[in-house]
Amino acid sequence: MAFSSLNDFLAMGGHAPYVWSAWAMTLLLLLGSVWHARHERRQLIRQLQRRGRRERHHAAQGRATDSRSRAGDIDET
Amino acid sequence: MWAFIHKLGSPKWFYAISARLLPWFWVAAALLIAVGSIWGLAFAPADYQQGNSFRIIYVHVPAAFLAQSIFVAMAVSGLIFMVWKIKIADMAAAMMAPLGAAMTFIALFSGAVWGVPTWGTWWMWDARLTSMLILLFLYVGVIALRGAFSSRDSASRAASVLAMVGVINIPIIKYSVDWWYTLHQPATFSVTSRPTMPMEMWLPLLIMVLGFYCFFIALTLTRTRSEILRRESTKRWVRELAGEER
Amino acid sequence: MHLSGTEESVSKVAPATPPRREPHGGLRVALQATFKRDLTLLMRRRGEVFNPLVFFALVITLFPIGISPDPELLSTIAPGLLWVAALLAALLSLDSLFRGDYDDGSLEQLLLSPQPLAALALAKVAVHWLVTGLPLALMAPVLGIMLSLPAGSYLVLSLSLALGSASLSLIGAIGAALTVGLSRGGVLLSLLVLPLYIPVLIFGAGAVQAAILGDGITAHLAILGALLAVALIFAPWAIAASLRISING
Repeated sequence: MAFSSLNDFLAMGGHAPYVWSAWAMTLLLLLGSVWHARHERRQLIRQLQRRGRRERHHAAQGRATDSRSRAGDIDET
Repeated sequence: MWAFIHKLGSPKWFYAISARLLPWFWVAAALLIAVGSIWGLAFAPADYQQGNSFRIIYVHVPAAFLAQSIFVAMAVSGLIFMVWKIKIADMAAAMMAPLGAAMTFIALFSGAVWGVPTWGTWWMWDARLTSMLILLFLYVGVIALRGAFSSRDSASRAASVLAMVGVINIPIIKYSVDWWYTLHQPATFSVTSRPTMPMEMWLPLLIMVLGFYCFFIALTLTRTRSEILRRESTKRWVRELAGEER
Repeated sequence: MHLSGTEESVSKVAPATPPRREPHGGLRVALQATFKRDLTLLMRRRGEVFNPLVFFALVITLFPIGISPDPELLSTIAPGLLWVAALLAALLSLDSLFRGDYDDGSLEQLLLSPQPLAALALAKVAVHWLVTGLPLALMAPVLGIMLSLPAGSYLVLSLSLALGSASLSLIGAIGAALTVGLSRGGVLLSLLVLPLYIPVLIFGAGAVQAAILGDGITAHLAILGALLAVALIFAPWAIAASLRISING
């Protein structure tokens, strides 16, 4: 151990604000990136699920009313 | 071997294989960064000149390495995209850029903060920080250019060209800035040009650098997977996948 | 019969033949034609040629006003100021390098030409340098006097600017080609190009400062030359690729 006590460790020999702010910013950006990536994926999945539900709904509707033309249905890709 | 690389270019296959690799990279990143941080903060010896502020090196140097490596990776991906038309390469390049910019910012921030106890000033136009600042501008340029095009294909190709032009310039800029700095400043203490760092000091540094690289790979794989879903959203395998996910 | 600039210049170089005959000479003819056309078009818009020069003078004027008129202070920062102001003036004129041709469709025609686009782009950039960079280099000593630039550096100032601005035109043309199709491309152009300008700035201003101190300037000028050589090798291809991207987008 380079420090004799926890207080010494936190104080960093007087350089505490510098060391800890550098580390804090690093941690903030790294964890922020992870959160952002996870959030991005969750949002995307939700969007895709919503669209899937809409499509199945429209498909069901279409089958129920077979005579109706569905030429303009953009969800049918 | 070529079949493997060719398969890698298929989004669906890439999605599947990256799912298996991903946890390993996350675990490696977390472990390496945790071990490196604790070692560097609590166990490595303090520098005889700079005291404990020296410990900032354990985030500054990895971030700086990554900042440069990611730009190179981005340029290489751009090249692969332009030459072989592999879309995954472009997706990865697009997803890496913001992390690269973030790494550059971390390097700048930690470098600036480090300057306060070392030089007594919040900002120092030394060669490394100035090069990092220019690199940040290059990143911002690539990200901005990609966002300015309405057609995705044009955006991808423009960003690839700019990344390649930028990567050729990086060594030129480094050399020029180094030269400029030594001309205007007497040989002052510089961050990593020290005679030899004892092993107790560079070992945790190496671990941190490896940890950051694993983090980069893990994050880029994750985001590229999302980008695949986004771009291939009309394909059946994506719809089925979305249906299965909670 | 009113011929477009290109047709006119092409028919001047090729012997008088009935229309619809392919002009022979290939690349050389095409380069000369492109060069002449751009030069002619720019000469017709004299105002555009003077704008960067006026901008240069204005920016130089701003600094003593904004900082201090003290000649001693100005003389120490003069090399850098002159170079930065010239660099910005050159940057300003880049936006219109390809925009006129893009807007009226001649750029697409250029793309369809059988000649290598990289070579034709080089001809256009050469005109840009001749009409922007070179005049800036020639005008700089006058502004140097206003900034109390120390004696013995005026020739180097012009030389470094002439040499450096060629690289600036080449590098800037890449940015111009990438952004020509974008609606607010001007500011983005500056953002893309300025980081790439920094090495040229360092050695250009460095040459002037070395001249003031009495140090050797050959190293600086040699490096400026090397940067130009690298730019000449890589930029035309980057410009051509970028033009294709912008047109097809």
